[in-house]
Amino acid sequence: MNQQKIFDRGIRNISGCGLVGWINKNRKKVSGEIIKKSVCLLNDRGNGLGAGFAAYGIYPDYKDLYAFHLMYDTKKSQNETEKHLKETCTIEHLEPIPTNPKAIKNSNPSLMRYFLKPKLAGKNIDTSANTEDDEVVKIVMAVNDRIEGAFAFSSGKNMGTFKGVGFPEEIANFYEIDQYSGYIWIGHTRFPTNTPGWWGGAHPFTLLDWAIIHNGEISSYGINKRYLEMFGYKLTLMTDTEVATYLFDLLVRKQKLSIKTACTILAPPFWKDIDRNNSNSDSMEKLRMIYGSAALNGPFAILFAHKNGLVGFNDRVKLRPLVLGTKGDTVYMSSEQSAIYVMCDSPEKVWSPKASDPVIVNLNKN
Amino acid sequence: MKTIDAKGVYYRDLNRLIRETINNGEREIYLKNVKGQYYICDGIKGKNIKVTIDGIPGNDLAAFMDGPTVILKSNGQDNIGNTMTGGKIIVNGIAGDVCGYAMRGGKLFVKGDVGYRVGIHMKGYKNLNPVIIIGGKAGDFLGEYMAGGILILLGLNAKDNEPIYGDYLGTGMHGGVMYIRGNIDLSRCGKEVGIKKLDKNDKKILSSLIKEFSEDFSINYDKIMSKEFVKLYPKTNRPYGALYAK
Repeated sequence: MNQQKIFDRGIRNISGCGLVGWINKNRKKVSGEIIKKSVCLLNDRGNGLGAGFAAYGIYPDYKDLYAFHLMYDTKKSQNETEKHLKETCTIEHLEPIPTNPKAIKNSNPSLMRYFLKPKLAGKNIDTSANTEDDEVVKIVMAVNDRIEGAFAFSSGKNMGTFKGVGFPEEIANFYEIDQYSGYIWIGHTRFPTNTPGWWGGAHPFTLLDWAIIHNGEISSYGINKRYLEMFGYKLTLMTDTEVATYLFDLLVRKQKLSIKTACTILAPPFWKDIDRNNSNSDSMEKLRMIYGSAALNGPFAILFAHKNGLVGFNDRVKLRPLVLGTKGDTVYMSSEQSAIYVMCDSPEKVWSPKASDPVIVNLNKN
Repeated sequence: MKTIDAKGVYYRDLNRLIRETINNGEREIYLKNVKGQYYICDGIKGKNIKVTIDGIPGNDLAAFMDGPTVILKSNGQDNIGNTMTGGKIIVNGIAGDVCGYAMRGGKLFVKGDVGYRVGIHMKGYKNLNPVIIIGGKAGDFLGEYMAGGILILLGLNAKDNEPIYGDYLGTGMHGGVMYIRGNIDLSRCGKEVGIKKLDKNDKKILSSLIKEFSEDFSINYDKIMSKEFVKLYPKTNRPYGALYAK
């Protein structure tokens, strides 16, 4: 991958990534323009070494197919990846991702998208969605792990991630995200602290329809990585946030735990609080003991989008900011309250959730 | 009075404009359409200066300020009054995390709830004695490592039996005093603090400050005082004095 020089944009005093989230429970769509404006208000929280967006509901014409977004360093990496995709999938449609290269200062990798379905014939499996999902996870892991200079950065249905190295305005204009309309949006500006600023390292981190943006440092990365590797996940992105994406995939999709329980595993209550709260201390104790290696240590505020909704939550002692707002059927989330007011002039309610207490917003059933 | 329209103005340009306006002798400023600009009114000095803010200012509002009064018409973000020396900040809404951090003097009044780590390491200096009054509820670590000053928590918006403070209340506190409206659960406090009933002197201080608070927000004074307060105080001024030495 193109590894940019990390400190090529001068030193800044303000630090901390910036997060923005938007969801309409009744699937009313908005253009990416408003999300761009909101993330741009948080411009100084990043340093131009990564920005990105994810949107849900953007590919209605191909909604039953997996939308793969790929970045390539070379023609060779593209050929090799397309060969692998043709072997493992039926590709219904492929095209370059529309971009405006003038919007960014640096060079960009070649960007393609594929609407596809994994081939299941000949495999000793049923055709349930979960099995297709498993195949897609395998394909993503194989491309990112084995094909040099290729990176699958989006692989969900009817959703897409758009990210790269640059400030949020540059990346938004580069991908022309105002041309997409979605009912869930997340947006991020990055200030990398101890991992490289490269195209694949920008947020969101996406696998299937799980997309995660994060502000903080996951200091338990090593433990989480080894735990996930036992389940076949390959951690190739040189960035801590990756573990959160795969943990949600493992806990919610594979192990069928509720999102609330998954969040409890990621940010478990302290032992003193388990002792103090007798009513559910037994189940909390079990979760901590079974899933100790899945707990995230270190400061974080995370927004986590998926096909059915959006979740915002913090580490256990709230070392990173997170503010929420509501108006009607729409819920807004951000690192800073002012970014919520960019999306909505007059929210009905604005508040900060308690540490490790996830705010789970689900789409209404169709 | 000078009105400044902050719409779309970058924080550095806005703050330069505010300082220039004050240096030109203006004593009253109205900032409108503020949206997320950082460091507003930081380090400004002088008495009889009043800045009113319409909109949501960014982090570190009035940090290092010494003397002026800042009135925020609605909500604020994080780090309001960071290390301020003097003057007064009035927030007519909620405020975020780490407000009043290492405050040395002056007053910070918040009508609604505040976030985590408010008033941590606040500290008086010579004749300075910082005061924070919170009308709503507070998150964890309120007054952590507090070394001086007065921190008052009212919880006026709390429902029945709802706790108005989080965990680690006054952890490492070694100076100053907190007055909490309602009861205290010592298991949620740091080991370094004790509780007492208010004595005559405490009541005098509390009464005068609550009077000022009630006037600033048009809240009935008697309603605030209708509930008992508890005094939280540091049991020692050197809680970790023997940590590394006998």
